[in-house]
Amino acid sequence: MSLRIPGYLGTFWELLGDHLVMALGASLLGLVLALPLGLACVRWPRVYAPVLAACSVLYSIPSLAFFVLLIAFTGISRTTVILPLAVYALAGLVPNVVDGLRAVPDSVRQSAVAMGFSTPRRLLTVDLPLAIPAVIAGLRVATVANISMVSVGALIGMGAFGALFTASVQLDRLDLAIIGIIATVVMALVVDAVLVLVQRLSTPWMRRTSKVSR
Amino acid sequence: MITFDNVEKRYPDGTVAVDGLSLEVPTGTLTVFVGPSGCGKTTSLRMINRMVEPSGGRVLVGGRDVLDEDPRILRRGIGYVIQHAGLFPHRTVVDNVATVPRLLGASRKEARATAMDVLTRVGLGKELAQRYPAQLSGGQQQRVGVARALAADPPILLMDEPFSAVDPVVRKDLQDELLRLQSVLAKTIVLVTHDIDEAIKLGDRVAVLRPGGVLAQYATPEELLTSPADDFVAGFLGVDRGVRLMSFFSSADLPLRTDPIVTRDDAELAVGDSWLLVADDDGRPAGWRDGSTDTELLPVGRPFVPGRDPLRVVLDAAVLSPSGHAVAVDDDGRALGVISGEEVAAAVRAAHNRRETGTPSPLEMRKSR
Repeated sequence: MSLRIPGYLGTFWELLGDHLVMALGASLLGLVLALPLGLACVRWPRVYAPVLAACSVLYSIPSLAFFVLLIAFTGISRTTVILPLAVYALAGLVPNVVDGLRAVPDSVRQSAVAMGFSTPRRLLTVDLPLAIPAVIAGLRVATVANISMVSVGALIGMGAFGALFTASVQLDRLDLAIIGIIATVVMALVVDAVLVLVQRLSTPWMRRTSKVSR
Repeated sequence: MITFDNVEKRYPDGTVAVDGLSLEVPTGTLTVFVGPSGCGKTTSLRMINRMVEPSGGRVLVGGRDVLDEDPRILRRGIGYVIQHAGLFPHRTVVDNVATVPRLLGASRKEARATAMDVLTRVGLGKELAQRYPAQLSGGQQQRVGVARALAADPPILLMDEPFSAVDPVVRKDLQDELLRLQSVLAKTIVLVTHDIDEAIKLGDRVAVLRPGGVLAQYATPEELLTSPADDFVAGFLGVDRGVRLMSFFSSADLPLRTDPIVTRDDAELAVGDSWLLVADDDGRPAGWRDGSTDTELLPVGRPFVPGRDPLRVVLDAAVLSPSGHAVAVDDDGRALGVISGEEVAAAVRAAHNRRETGTPSPLEMRKSR
């Protein structure tokens, strides 16, 4: 049994690159949208419910429908896959950003105001860093979901490793599906581990709490 | 100087937090706002740095209406210490303390150098500087909170229940530390507490507020204890005003008796039924001997040093002593004399009488600053 990927699909590494660019691109775009949305929802609590409802409605649109709809605007491109996945990520990221910001202790926020922080400065240099653990927790879930979801793009010809699954059926080659599954799972594990590392490095104050002294 | 001029805080729903507050906080003194919850003490405090804006009247800092100032600029010139310290969990101790200097435009290096100086001044070692707040005890966090408030050397310090979240032993340390710092720095401090004992201990002046935000009395701690303005203030001060007032009287000129002090050899020969204080060869009190029985020496307890300890300590020592007498010692611990609880009470009455006839009392003293 040959494990070779048919040439017309591209090499393994090309597929891997495509897959990562689309999955991580969607996560990054989702984060870039979720941060200002979350900050706005904390600043003006009234907008939180409508924003959350909108995210849920968008999340309920089937991905295939979303792709097909977007082809009219962005063609058969990575962007067509990235945009819907970024929008889906919002449904998980926005609540995490909001919860993270709301978990900032009131005494911390009050003392920042009392020392003369402007509101934007406080949000960026106090509230947001303290929300990092919650934000990254949301980002991990969204990213693993994206890595899995990119495969659906195969139905419009932009699925990266997803193409292995369609080819597996067309060519009656189970080995291609297995390669696709293993590659996707390993990728998800590695990316998740990297995000855990990013969190540890970006929140040094969370690591050094064990040796409390009096 | 901080001036409240007929200040009112009325919320849109009709709640009145502060009602017609007028008082002055003189420069370089420590004023305590004290009262039960709902008396508007924290609201009043926060009107000084514009975290709350008055709905009527004026709050003046250094003669200028705070509403005419940019709140951010105003706040950078007023230190603020909050319950639970409110330290930034994501910044090290030194960077927490460097916050306001940084906001005022100092470079990171300058701000950290300033922060290290201030940390030393509040009694925190350099080894704590690189830790994160979660690695500190509650008392240490509160000290860092004070250091952070002092870092830019503001003339005014606002403290909102600064010591109420720490245990009583640490609280006493922090209170003593604040008095020590204030004796050196002479800031204009407004401190909010619900603890009347803390108010009496710390305040040069105490403003007692009643629910609804009305000022009940604004006076020195001693005036409060001797002449509370009304039943509310008297009730808030509690039932042991007289005993606490004794904290303000010195033990310097108490009439001490030396005749019950004997050496060990004399104690063997002594007859009669009076109490004897047996002293060592070097004059230190060793214990009490009950003259009517031939028993072991009973413990002396905690002796007092005349002039250093207030009358309250003397009375306390007399009450706890097996003989009913407090023992006075000099700085080296040698017995100077004894005084009974009755004699202490007589001395207090004499001091009161002198005060009422207007004669300055030799027993009066200010708190040790």
